[in-house]
Amino acid sequence: MYYVAVSLRWLKDNLFSNAVNTLTTLSLTAFLLWSLPPLIDWMIINASFVGSSNNDCNNEGACWVFIREFFPRLMFGSYPESERWRIYSTGIIAILFIFTARQYHRTAFSVILFGLFSIIAVTLLYGGFLGLSRVDTHQWGGLFLTIVIATVGIVGAFPLGILLALGRQSHLPVIRAFCHVFIELWRGVPLITVLFMASVMLPLFLPDNIDINKLLRALLCIMLFASAYLAEVIRGGLQSLPSGQQEAASALGLTYWQQMRYIILPQALQRVIPGIVNTFIGLFKDTTLVLIIGLFDFLGIVQSAATNPEWLGRANEGYAFAALIFWIFCFSMSRYSLHLERKQDQ
Amino acid sequence: MERWRPSLCSTVPVSSMKFNTRKTRAWIYQALFIACIIAIGSLLIHTLLQNLEQQGIVTGFNFLSQNAGFGIVFSLIDYSESDSYGRVFWVGLTNTLLVAGLGILFATIIGFVVGVARLSNNFLAKQLASFYISLFRNVPLLLHLFFWYFAILQPLPGPRQSIDFFDMVFLNNRGLYIPKLISEDQSNGWLWLMAGLIVITLVLIRVLRSTHKKYVWFASIIGAIMIWIGVAPTYTAEIPTLTRFNFSGGIVIIPELTALVLALSLYTASYIAEIVRAGISSVDKGQVEAAQSLGLRPNHTLRLIIIPQAMRLIVPPLTNQYLNLTKNSSLAAAIAYPDLVSIFAGTTLNQTGQAVEILFITMLVYLSISLSISFSMSLYERSKQWSKT
Repeated sequence: MYYVAVSLRWLKDNLFSNAVNTLTTLSLTAFLLWSLPPLIDWMIINASFVGSSNNDCNNEGACWVFIREFFPRLMFGSYPESERWRIYSTGIIAILFIFTARQYHRTAFSVILFGLFSIIAVTLLYGGFLGLSRVDTHQWGGLFLTIVIATVGIVGAFPLGILLALGRQSHLPVIRAFCHVFIELWRGVPLITVLFMASVMLPLFLPDNIDINKLLRALLCIMLFASAYLAEVIRGGLQSLPSGQQEAASALGLTYWQQMRYIILPQALQRVIPGIVNTFIGLFKDTTLVLIIGLFDFLGIVQSAATNPEWLGRANEGYAFAALIFWIFCFSMSRYSLHLERKQDQ
Repeated sequence: MERWRPSLCSTVPVSSMKFNTRKTRAWIYQALFIACIIAIGSLLIHTLLQNLEQQGIVTGFNFLSQNAGFGIVFSLIDYSESDSYGRVFWVGLTNTLLVAGLGILFATIIGFVVGVARLSNNFLAKQLASFYISLFRNVPLLLHLFFWYFAILQPLPGPRQSIDFFDMVFLNNRGLYIPKLISEDQSNGWLWLMAGLIVITLVLIRVLRSTHKKYVWFASIIGAIMIWIGVAPTYTAEIPTLTRFNFSGGIVIIPELTALVLALSLYTASYIAEIVRAGISSVDKGQVEAAQSLGLRPNHTLRLIIIPQAMRLIVPPLTNQYLNLTKNSSLAAAIAYPDLVSIFAGTTLNQTGQAVEILFITMLVYLSISLSISFSMSLYERSKQWSKT
């Protein structure tokens, strides 16, 4: 009896405390009753899970067979099946290296490790030597390509972002103005025009004999784009440091670069990790735009699979799956950044 | 005759240190920097000109007056295939501004509602709002756009099986058809009368608000009736009617526009909701308690105490979201809504090959929109003297 009273009390407090509240509750319940059952019917009850073609699915519900059939393509694009172990091993090496770098808190060590990793990653993924067959970048695709573009974009943007942030704080007026204009220029234009620039304008600026492929051009422009956003995030960290830090460092007789390297940047970067993670989330979502210039990232593969004549009308399943994957990635990263923020506040 | 100097200073004689001061070094660094930038810039421009010459592309903005020769499905200003590329630019720009304006309007409304719901006492509203925010924020905008366009609007039935609302508004796979108001007499006399009446009513409401609060509603209703009487007879609604193949009459909102506005506003609303929530919850609890103890009613507390203080924190990031929305409207290219990027940086660029000029103009447009919004923002902040706090 006590529990009934408690739950009634809870209901009254949280759902029916006054007229407006009651009305809201009732209308929202009606909305849920109207929208949820058909959704669940489509997703689970009427859905088809087994089979191998569109004919095995009924038209009442979702055809998850579609996702299963296209799963390898959604993950890796047209990366040859026999070579996919290279992607797996790159992933495993990346995790190993991250753990090793976390063990030893030495910036120089991490940088060397990172340089080593980039060489290994390019060798493994692109190949062409050491007995590994070459996998051209136009075969790269799917979630793999999305992750490659987002990580390379943010990591490559990092050094330039730091320099731009420092430049905006510089006491040299020319450098300060240049950095300010550079940052505002990149932040003021949409990513899509930047990608257009990468695909049609960049080749015009390069001599004939240099031919950079489309992925590399897109990566280059994404790096420049991301560096402007990163610079603003890092600048926030620089501004949050008390000015006494730099004054003390000057008083010790450190040069400008020593001050930055040993005193200012370690503290500033530590503070802006949540902001950097948020920038990464934004970039991860924006990576989908590369499909407009003809690179087949995760969403690009979903879109092309949905127009496959054998699977017509299965776009919804593709979008639902893409939404789920993106949601898992972005939600977990945003939770991580929130966790870091809370840890810093303590 | 050397003066004694503390050993901390270097032992280099004073005379040779003249040029090695902080100031001269600063000048040298900056001069070197400028020289580098100029060198890189001229190298790039040199290669560019060489490449353009090789490909036989004539530089310059003369192409803007050439005949475009392609049709555009949706345009706010008059446009036909025989118009110039310059006209295409204006069509694209107005279409971009239309999408951005509509997106901002709906995103603000939805964002504020969801943001307030997130803080509501109602358990269901709170949970639904946080579900909405988490779902919409963590999915790329392009996916939203594809969903609305390819999964919702395109599979709609054709004109014959349109979904109709009260036989006035029709929705099918060709677009949303809504009634259009058309004036019977061509002179705009009635329009001016209407504008005048609205102004008088607004003034009346403003005057009454400070003295006779009770009569505000009364005045607004009277004003509305006066406007109705004055204007209604001259306007008739042109209701879309089904002809053999499609609807005719009324205003057509193409599915691309609907999808774009839906995707942009729902996506941005999830960010605005978080901004609103953060703004409102930043207002000190004591403020609300003080207002209550003064005897203010809940809606007055919200309107007079909470919102003015919350706005201070809400407005700057809110403008940032408006900017993002405007920039994101360029995703229109993905579903072929004729915005600036789609028809100017897309179709026009492909036809003329003037990549540098076109991308320069396009980027300049977005840049000036961004800069003017952030400039007006800083003026607004200064007028409220918020930046000081």
